[in-house]
Amino acid sequence: MRMDIRIPIGSMFAVLGLLLAGYGALGPHDIYEKSLGLNVNLGWGVVLLVFGAIMLYLGWRTPSADKSSTASH
Amino acid sequence: MPAWVCGLAFISANLGAQEVIGMGASGAKYGIATSHFYWIGAIPAMVFVGIFMMPFYYGSKARSVPEYLRFRFDEKTRALNAIAFATMTLFSSGISMYAMARLIQSLHLLDGVFARFGLPQTMIFHVSVVASAGIVLAYVFLGGLTSAIYNEVLQFFLIVAGFFPLVWLGLRNVGGWPGIVQKLPHAYTHAWEGLRSAQTNPLGVEWFGLVMGLGFVLSFGYWCTDFLVVQRAMAADSMGAARRTPLIAAIPKMLFPFLVILPGLIAISLPVQNSAKNMFGQTLSPAAIEQQKYSKGLIPIKVDESTGNPVFDHDGRPVLDYDLAIPNLLLYYFPTGLLGLGITALLASFMSGMAGNVTAFNTVFTYDIYQSYIRSGATDAHYLWVGRMTTVFGVVLSIVTAYMATRFNNIMDMLQLVFAFVNAPLFATFLLGMFWKRTTGHAAFTGLLTGTLAAALHQGMTIPAGAVPGLKGGWIAILHTYPSEMAQNFWTAIWAWSACFVITILVSLVTKPHPEKDLVGLVYSLTPKPDDSETIWYKRPAVLACAVLAMVVALNLIFR
Repeated sequence: MRMDIRIPIGSMFAVLGLLLAGYGALGPHDIYEKSLGLNVNLGWGVVLLVFGAIMLYLGWRTPSADKSSTASH
Repeated sequence: MPAWVCGLAFISANLGAQEVIGMGASGAKYGIATSHFYWIGAIPAMVFVGIFMMPFYYGSKARSVPEYLRFRFDEKTRALNAIAFATMTLFSSGISMYAMARLIQSLHLLDGVFARFGLPQTMIFHVSVVASAGIVLAYVFLGGLTSAIYNEVLQFFLIVAGFFPLVWLGLRNVGGWPGIVQKLPHAYTHAWEGLRSAQTNPLGVEWFGLVMGLGFVLSFGYWCTDFLVVQRAMAADSMGAARRTPLIAAIPKMLFPFLVILPGLIAISLPVQNSAKNMFGQTLSPAAIEQQKYSKGLIPIKVDESTGNPVFDHDGRPVLDYDLAIPNLLLYYFPTGLLGLGITALLASFMSGMAGNVTAFNTVFTYDIYQSYIRSGATDAHYLWVGRMTTVFGVVLSIVTAYMATRFNNIMDMLQLVFAFVNAPLFATFLLGMFWKRTTGHAAFTGLLTGTLAAALHQGMTIPAGAVPGLKGGWIAILHTYPSEMAQNFWTAIWAWSACFVITILVSLVTKPHPEKDLVGLVYSLTPKPDDSETIWYKRPAVLACAVLAMVVALNLIFR
C-alpha cells in the first residue's frame, strides 16, 4: 500500500510551523525591523501549523490514496 | 495516482529554480508583461493538452514522447527527437545548476567557510557548481519517477510557503499594487497596453510576435511535447485523470505570477540601497560602494565572475543582474527564521528542477537511444548500469551548460532560446502528425531538421540590442537588431515552427503515407473520442477547460 502523500506534507509543515512559531514566540524580538516590525515568524508559523494539521487530518481520514482515487471514479 | 497529485507535479516539474529565479528576474526586467508567460504562454496550451492531446499519449501506450513518434512516424524521427530532447534537458539542468551556484554566492552561504580556510571568494561560484552537481548526482541515483513526483508535490507547497509571506510583506511595504503602479513606469505595470509596437514596452515585442511566438509556438511546443511534463500526466491512474491533470494544474499556474513575478516588480520599486554595509552588516569594499550607483532598486550591476569588474554592454550601459531580484528581496525582508524557510524553498526548487531533467535525460538516453540503437536485447542489469553511467555523464555535461549560462543576465532568455531550437519545430510535427493522417515519416524528419536549421539561421543573422555577436546571435551576419533577447527568441521560434510546418506538408505530399490501419489511436480522425457523459459534470474536461479559460481572460483584462 502506497502512503497517502498528504501525511508527509502534513508532517513536514506541522514541524516547520512549530519551529517557526516557537522561535517567534520565545526567540529574540529585536530582529523584526526588516519585516516592517511584524513578528512574521510567529504569525506564519501558526499558519503553516494549521495547514499541516489539516493535511494530516485529511490524510488520516481516508485510509489510502489508492482507495480514495478509485472511489471517485 | 490521483489527478490532483499529478496536477501539482505537472506544474512543479516546470517550477525549478530556473522558473522561480527566472520569473523574478523577468518581472524586474520586463515588468508585469512577464505574466504573459503564464496567461498566454501556458494556460491555453495546458487546456489544449488536456482536451486534445492526452487521449493520444495516454491511449497509445507510448512510454515516452520519442516512442510516440516511432509509433506515428518512424525510427529516424524518434532518434532525432530523442537526441534533441536529451540535449535540451542538459541545458535545463545546467541552468538550474547555475541558478543554485548564484544563489549560494549571493546569499553568502559559504563566505565564512572560505574565509576560514583562506580560499579566495571568487572560487565560491566554481565550488558551488561542482558541489551542487555532486548532490544532484546522489539524489538522482536514489530516486525513481514516483518518488520524483511525490517530491515535486512537497516542493510545490514549500515554494508557496516560502514566497507568500515575501509577497505579502513586499506589497504591504510599497503600498500594494497601486503603490507599484505609482512608482514604476507605465509600461511595467500594464501587460497589454504597450504591445501595439515593439518600441513601447520593456519586452521589446509587438502583439503578433507575442501571441504567435510565445502564446502559440513556444508555449504549445513546451506543454504539448516536452516529455518532462507530459510524463507527469501519463502517470495518472485513468484516462479521465490524465486529461484532468493539466486542467487542474492550470488553476494554481495562473495564480503563480503573483508569487514569482511580483517579487521582481517589488524589487525595482524599492529605493536603491546606499550604505557602506551589505545586508549582513559586513563592510563593503570601496569598489562595491561605487558600483551601487548603477543599481535599480534592489538589483545590482552584474559583476564578471572571473575579474570581479562590473559589466557594461556594447553601448556602455550597465548590465543589471536581474537574477538576484528574488534572493535580494528575501534578504531584505525576512528575519532569521523565515529566511531559512525562504532559502529552503529556493534550494528545494533547484533540486527538483535539476533532478527532473537529469532523470528525463536518463530515461530518454537509456531507453530511446542506447537500447534502441546501440545495444538491444541486453539484460535489465546492464541497462540499469548504463542508466547510472548516463546520470554521471549527464551531470558532468550539465556543468558545461551551467558555465554557458553565466553569459546571460536573465536565465529565462537562455531557456527560451533552447526551447525555440528544440520544441518549436517539434510542435509543428506533432500538430500535423496528430491531426493530418497524410503526414509521413520522411516528412516529419525533414521538417524537424529544417525547423532547427531555420532557428539556427535566424539566430545567426539577428542580434538583440547591445549584445556582442556570438552566443546571443549574429554569428553569421547582422541583418536585424531586436530590442530584447526575448523578442529575438520569439521570432526564432516562429521561424522554426513555420519552416517545419511548411516543409512537412510539402514532403508529405510527395511521399507515401502510412496505411490507415496503422494509425488508429495515433491520429485524431482515426481515434474514438473519449466519452465524458458518464463523468459527474464538474469533472468533465470540457467544463474545467471553459472555467480555466474564463478565469485567464479575466486576469488579462484586469492587468491589461
